[in-house]
Amino acid sequence: MSKLHVSTTVNGDSVEYLCDPRETLLDCLRDKLNLTGAKEGCGTGDCGACSVTVDGRLVCSCLMLGVEAEGKTIETVEGIADGDVLHPLQKKFIEHAALQCGICTPGILVAAKSLLEKNPNPTEEETRYWLAGNLCRCTGYDKIIRAVMETAEELREAS
Amino acid sequence: MALDDRKSDFTFVGTRPNRPDGLDKVTGRAKFGADAYAPGMLHGAILRSPYAHARIVKIDTSMAEAHKDVKGVVTRADFADVPFKPGLEGEFWNVLENVMAGEKALYDGHAVAAVAATSALAARDALKLIEVEYEVLPHVTDVDKAMAPDAPVIREGAADYSVPQGMHPNVVRYHESGHGDVEAGFAEADLVIEDSFVTEATHQGYIEPHACLGMLGNDGKGELWCTTQGHWIAQKTCAALLGIETSQLRVTASEIGGGFGGKTTVFIEPVALALSRKANRPVKIVMSRSEVFRATGPTASASMDVKIGMKKDGTISAAQGVFRLQGGAFPGAPGDMTAMCAFAPYNLTNVKQIGYDVMANRPKQAAYRAPGAPMGAFAVESVIDELCKKLGLDPIEVRLKNAAHEGTKASYGPTYERIGLVETLEAAKAHPHYSAPLKPGQGRGISCGFWFNHGGETSVSLALSEDGSAQLMVGTPDIGGSRASMALMAAEVLGIPYENIRVTVADTATLGYNDVSHGSRVTYASGLATIKAARHAVEQLCARAAASWGIPADAVKWENGCAVPSGPNAGDFDPRPLADITAHMGATGGPISGHFEATPEGAGVSFGTHIVDAEVDPETGKTSITRYTVIQDAGKAIHPTYVEGQYQGGAAQGIGWALNEEYIYGEDGRLQNSIFLDYRIPVASDLPMIDTVIVEVPNPGHPFGVRGVGETGIVPPLAAIANAVSHAAGVRMKQLPMSPPRILAALKDNG
Amino acid sequence: MVEVHLWSGLRSLTGGQQVVEVEAKTTGELLRELVRVHPQLQGPIDAGVSVAIDGRVIASGLTEPIPEGSEVYLMQRLRGG
Repeated sequence: MSKLHVSTTVNGDSVEYLCDPRETLLDCLRDKLNLTGAKEGCGTGDCGACSVTVDGRLVCSCLMLGVEAEGKTIETVEGIADGDVLHPLQKKFIEHAALQCGICTPGILVAAKSLLEKNPNPTEEETRYWLAGNLCRCTGYDKIIRAVMETAEELREAS
Repeated sequence: MALDDRKSDFTFVGTRPNRPDGLDKVTGRAKFGADAYAPGMLHGAILRSPYAHARIVKIDTSMAEAHKDVKGVVTRADFADVPFKPGLEGEFWNVLENVMAGEKALYDGHAVAAVAATSALAARDALKLIEVEYEVLPHVTDVDKAMAPDAPVIREGAADYSVPQGMHPNVVRYHESGHGDVEAGFAEADLVIEDSFVTEATHQGYIEPHACLGMLGNDGKGELWCTTQGHWIAQKTCAALLGIETSQLRVTASEIGGGFGGKTTVFIEPVALALSRKANRPVKIVMSRSEVFRATGPTASASMDVKIGMKKDGTISAAQGVFRLQGGAFPGAPGDMTAMCAFAPYNLTNVKQIGYDVMANRPKQAAYRAPGAPMGAFAVESVIDELCKKLGLDPIEVRLKNAAHEGTKASYGPTYERIGLVETLEAAKAHPHYSAPLKPGQGRGISCGFWFNHGGETSVSLALSEDGSAQLMVGTPDIGGSRASMALMAAEVLGIPYENIRVTVADTATLGYNDVSHGSRVTYASGLATIKAARHAVEQLCARAAASWGIPADAVKWENGCAVPSGPNAGDFDPRPLADITAHMGATGGPISGHFEATPEGAGVSFGTHIVDAEVDPETGKTSITRYTVIQDAGKAIHPTYVEGQYQGGAAQGIGWALNEEYIYGEDGRLQNSIFLDYRIPVASDLPMIDTVIVEVPNPGHPFGVRGVGETGIVPPLAAIANAVSHAAGVRMKQLPMSPPRILAALKDNG
Repeated sequence: MVEVHLWSGLRSLTGGQQVVEVEAKTTGELLRELVRVHPQLQGPIDAGVSVAIDGRVIASGLTEPIPEGSEVYLMQRLRGG
């Protein structure tokens, strides 16, 4: 099967790749652009480990084809920090031990950032439902939810 | 030089610094199993049996081999036909049989062949070119049916010495232990309850599928990168299965995306190496989620009968349990562990426990957090709760009355050393959760849990740098923040800041053998080894200082990161900080390192008590957990935040096991729910905050008092939730999971 | 002499005895002596056993000393997750 040429923007950089029409955006990010922060936990859109944003919308990159990225703006976990300054969510996750093994962390950070951009003052219930598409098997979510809500509070106070 | 062996006041231990690998893990930089690439790399894919039990008549790989994108195809013949070490035995043979089917496919998803091709898509496509002729055989997936006289035989001759005559060949191990006279004990009881319980198999459910990248040359030298709880066991097993020398295979553990016991063996790693040897190129294999469910180790399923007698005052007069565990098509289901753990929290005069290890046409069970213990606790603690209810007794008071303590003869035989069960029960009783009012429709359950914990073979090496920083090499993969605990313990001994210690999980070529990160052993055993390695380095630091002062080495002690004279008689010298000594170490005797290699044998058993509130919706049968508190003895919490994390994670997995998770097999013996959509693990909106109380009853077998904390947390939840459901909805659930349809059916039966 | 308590499932291999007396100063010697006295115990010992000395479970070590008068239990080999 011949490959298709795709031009897109990832974390602010213009990038191009050739992909098989069957390859997912996740495959392309990982195997063609070496952005391995997004993980494949299921390949069926159930675990959220591959979460990225496409034109500002939170998606599972395993459910989108690589060719569909043409002309879009994609943000991944690798683009969350501002240079060497961590995003407040990243700092808070480390401080709160909101990760154990860390495999779900990239997806959860992308999803949580997306939540706070849309809703700077989420309740615990809203936070839990927003993150319900991101599976974590280690933490029981307690420290993750606390980290997200505390970050939201700090960001509100800072603004 | 004086070094106290035991320590109880700490500078670094017990604090909560950021983990050393935090930055890598929040930026996407950390490299997990599937994140490795190599020049010329091929992609492997595995063909799996669609049948639960079938004779493999013929495998024709010629069409796949002829395809231009395919660079290698392997079947079982590529493992058996090794240059030396023919005829694997024991567990190696079992692992090989699981890694690649021999004469028969033994379960739905059993590997039968594999290909390596130039892309992942090409490899997947090439599987369709392999033709396998099967002769389908009768199958069995249920534990009780697998023990019945007419059950299909999985494999003749798999039973060991312990199985009594006349049992079905699928029963491969039998365990019986206990003490006293249970019949006499039941006769003394005011109330005896006997009941049967069933738990389904659940999967560890780590979010990272198995992944590896292997290279093996015809010279018998290889490199393997894989996600594993133990790279030395991967090294040893792969070498055996491929017929190469262990030391010629260097294995590097990637960051590991969860294991919980499921990554303590190999599945795809020997296949990648075999493909690589054929194609003479590196081969990467990454499992799909469906492959993880179908072909890697879930826990055992169980069928259990428990009988307990109690006096009116709450004294348990006798207890007896029969635990039948199904562990897939291979020996290894932990029926013995279930039996030995089931009654371990209690001080019993009369107790008897029997465990069976039973084979069926399912994937080979793997360890899962306190393997075997949660099922037994579910049955036993449910019966105790029923007894309390019927006799009108408080469940914590009854457990306190019967609780095992130092000097109690354990249900599994020996006399307990210092243990912390009573302390967890007292903490539960005093906790505001236990006395908080319940809303209508809610119920509260409690349960105790026990796990043995483990020590295991351990090597640690610590090297000091000229600038006074330290590199610590451990061999136990960091699954939940153990680098932080190791650095804290090293900092405590060396007296240098936590941040000045870099902890590395070393590969198999740079450190001696290390047992797997399992058995709650890492903070205990690698921690003990870290402390001893650091003390070894401190001895040399003291000796260097002594030499510079011209006094004997034993006249110098180590205090707050400095060598100081041990007393006024030793002389009057200014303290020499670590960095002052290391700055000159090259010229004063050479590099300073500390080592420790041993098999620590003092892990210390562990107990916990959980309190849970549940609410059952009578219309849908859905159970919600409204409040949860974990109380567990940690011996000494090195990094309390990560100890809490272990407690919370164990409880969450237990909640999933209790309410949602189960392997569902169809009549055809095929797994029907092999994706996360259908095998539903708890999501954020399913759970409340999980409160924790860390009890600290120091373990006499560790210099700082550590007990492992990883596993015990999953033991109490199944029963605690069943007890809460019973109090909330008036129905006693004897089968897990307590899914809405089962609860609805029970409510209906109850009128 | 060390009194070794076996788990009850082993009685069928020792002619009904659940406590066996052997001369041993270490866990390794103990296992060797058990097999010498009761050769049928080779099976369970090969399959994997642990030894508890005064309540401390020795998972696999053969060199652990057995102090005079200590309580000794033979146990199935422990496995972890």
